[in-house]
Amino acid sequence: MEWIFVLEQVINGLLLAVYYLLVALGLSLIFSLGGIVNLAHGAFYAIGAYFTVEITRAAGFATAFVASPVLVALLGVAIERLFLRRFYQADPTLSLLFTFGLSMIVEQCLRIIWGASPITLAIPSFLRGQLFIGDFIYPYYRLGMLGVAVTAVAATWYLLERTWFGKIVRAGVADPDMVRVVGIPLAPVLTAVSGMGIGLAGLAGVLLAPISGVHPAMGSEILTAAFVVVVIGGLGSFWGVVWAALMIGVARGLVVYFMPAASEASMYVLMVLVLLIRPRGLMGERVERLE
Amino acid sequence: MKKDLTRRRFLKTAGGAAGATMLASIGAPAVLRAQSDVIKIGHLAPRTGFLGPIGDYAVLGVTLGMEEVNAGGGILGRKVELIAEDSVNPATASAKAERLVERDKVNLLLGEISSASGLAIAQVANRTRMLFMQTGCNSDELRGKACNRFMFHIEATNTMYVKTVGRALLRQGMVTGKRWMALTADYAFGHDLLRVAQRFMGEHGGVFIGNEMVPTDVTEFSPYVLKVRQARPDLIVINLAGNQNPSFMKQYSEFNLPFPLAGGGYDTVMAWGAGRDSFAGIWPIVWYHTLDTPSSRAFTAAFIRRFGKPPENQAVGDYLGVKVLAQAMTELKSTDPLKLVEYLEKGAKFNVLKTREGYFRAWDHQMLFEMYTLTPKPKEKMADKWDMAEVSPPVPAPNEDLEVIAPTRQENPCTFA
Repeated sequence: MEWIFVLEQVINGLLLAVYYLLVALGLSLIFSLGGIVNLAHGAFYAIGAYFTVEITRAAGFATAFVASPVLVALLGVAIERLFLRRFYQADPTLSLLFTFGLSMIVEQCLRIIWGASPITLAIPSFLRGQLFIGDFIYPYYRLGMLGVAVTAVAATWYLLERTWFGKIVRAGVADPDMVRVVGIPLAPVLTAVSGMGIGLAGLAGVLLAPISGVHPAMGSEILTAAFVVVVIGGLGSFWGVVWAALMIGVARGLVVYFMPAASEASMYVLMVLVLLIRPRGLMGERVERLE
Repeated sequence: MKKDLTRRRFLKTAGGAAGATMLASIGAPAVLRAQSDVIKIGHLAPRTGFLGPIGDYAVLGVTLGMEEVNAGGGILGRKVELIAEDSVNPATASAKAERLVERDKVNLLLGEISSASGLAIAQVANRTRMLFMQTGCNSDELRGKACNRFMFHIEATNTMYVKTVGRALLRQGMVTGKRWMALTADYAFGHDLLRVAQRFMGEHGGVFIGNEMVPTDVTEFSPYVLKVRQARPDLIVINLAGNQNPSFMKQYSEFNLPFPLAGGGYDTVMAWGAGRDSFAGIWPIVWYHTLDTPSSRAFTAAFIRRFGKPPENQAVGDYLGVKVLAQAMTELKSTDPLKLVEYLEKGAKFNVLKTREGYFRAWDHQMLFEMYTLTPKPKEKMADKWDMAEVSPPVPAPNEDLEVIAPTRQENPCTFA
């Protein structure tokens, strides 16, 4: 077994996991605070990628990198204010139906506007090239993306743990009724969290666009993975989602080295194992009926 | 509110939603008309999924073909009508083919790209004694073990593709004594192509060092690129399909590895998807839009006028499907499927937009024609963003029999029961 190659596969797996994490974090936050399962979350990831393609054509990748997630976040805010907030107190099935329908509408709109063929986006020229350390070789762009994604996750953590805004969010997750009784309006917090969570999905779309090709169905592909991350990590837990993503990444990297055909299945097997041993997920809230 | 949504409920409702999507994909029917003074073509192609982009061109090609036939007065004085359906997957393809034959009463079935779906449609065609002209399925198996008398093949078979690119590789000294590894799409087409590639390389002294099966829904190829790096082959043989080709090429070029690529399955829309910067390797093709024959130039110009972009190889397959059948029906003065089968088996010749005409072989219904190999064109010589490839002279050469690249009887165990 050659260690360099195992290491490369594991780093690669972690990179993939970090994308899943960006999408899963938003999904988890929106669910924890609003009780809404956002099946359209992957669609925003796809929108982020398509915006990147268009903005890069007009103004370069650097502009697209900043503008695209912001635009997607604003779109998320609009969706939340117009539609999602009607479902906070309603039957969860309704929000599922709505977000499911939304995801299909978005996918078809993308297909109508841009066509079904995958669109190419070249890696920006200042980010091309590979890092060589002995036998270890890895593209600069991927390392850069890893850095950006980790920074985004760290910033989210900081926001949630160290700011007054984060305090309200955590209180809202734990006991929303008390927060309202105390007199803090949750509505603007919900809007901000939705915008942020969806913006993170958009950011993942921006980062991945030059690598995996932009096509209308890319949203549903990543959504499944994001759900698995959230389920393994446990609903309502920031660190749970982070650890779940890391576990999935390392597992995938190792499995792909020894048994490549099983690499896609590895995260589902992991999910089954975790749910069997610990039904609430790694760090989710305790659910008495299941344990 | 929070207490109401338990994990159990969440998983249940999400699972129900997923189940509903699967049913919904058997989707809405296309237009239905009950006249018998039209000739109805039932067209099936994957419009969604990893073959979707190729399916789009198939529909454009068949539309242009139909319009040209109608502009020339139709077939036997009757207008041609198209009922185009998304075949999605083998089960749906089978169901829709049945519906097209039984309910919509089409005169023939045309199209399909996925070899797995093609197999399903062929079974329906055989059972209902309806002619099925397939225009995009590459697997040898369809002309071989699974052949049947009502299916004809305008698309080249994997053996033809491999022999075409194989000749070029042999000329470049990339076969004998070379260590090669394969990346294979994990379904019917991929397995078939791998088998044919292994046979060719084995016959010519290539050294097989390994194969990686790639599930068809993989979009992240870096693990496989790293495996290639680990193996350090002399040649990488790509047996991927659809979207996977451009995704792989892009990610492969990211790592900038020096190992050459070659493949047996290629669609120009995929190279356009990868972009000139990532397009690499040597590939076989049935047709390319810069081909310089009068009929090819006319077709390309008509396509650009009609759709605003150049055609690619799949569009040609479906276009020719309509034109060939129109010519056959007109000469035969009949639309009876069995009569058409006998007529095509007699070796009627058709203009296939190349220097030589094409014809169907009687014993396996494979159409024989010239093919070409493609390599990336230097950027300075590109006339526009679609002009990414250098096209070789026709294979086989003008003085060789078209049978040279086709499967032999030994290689192809087809018997019509």
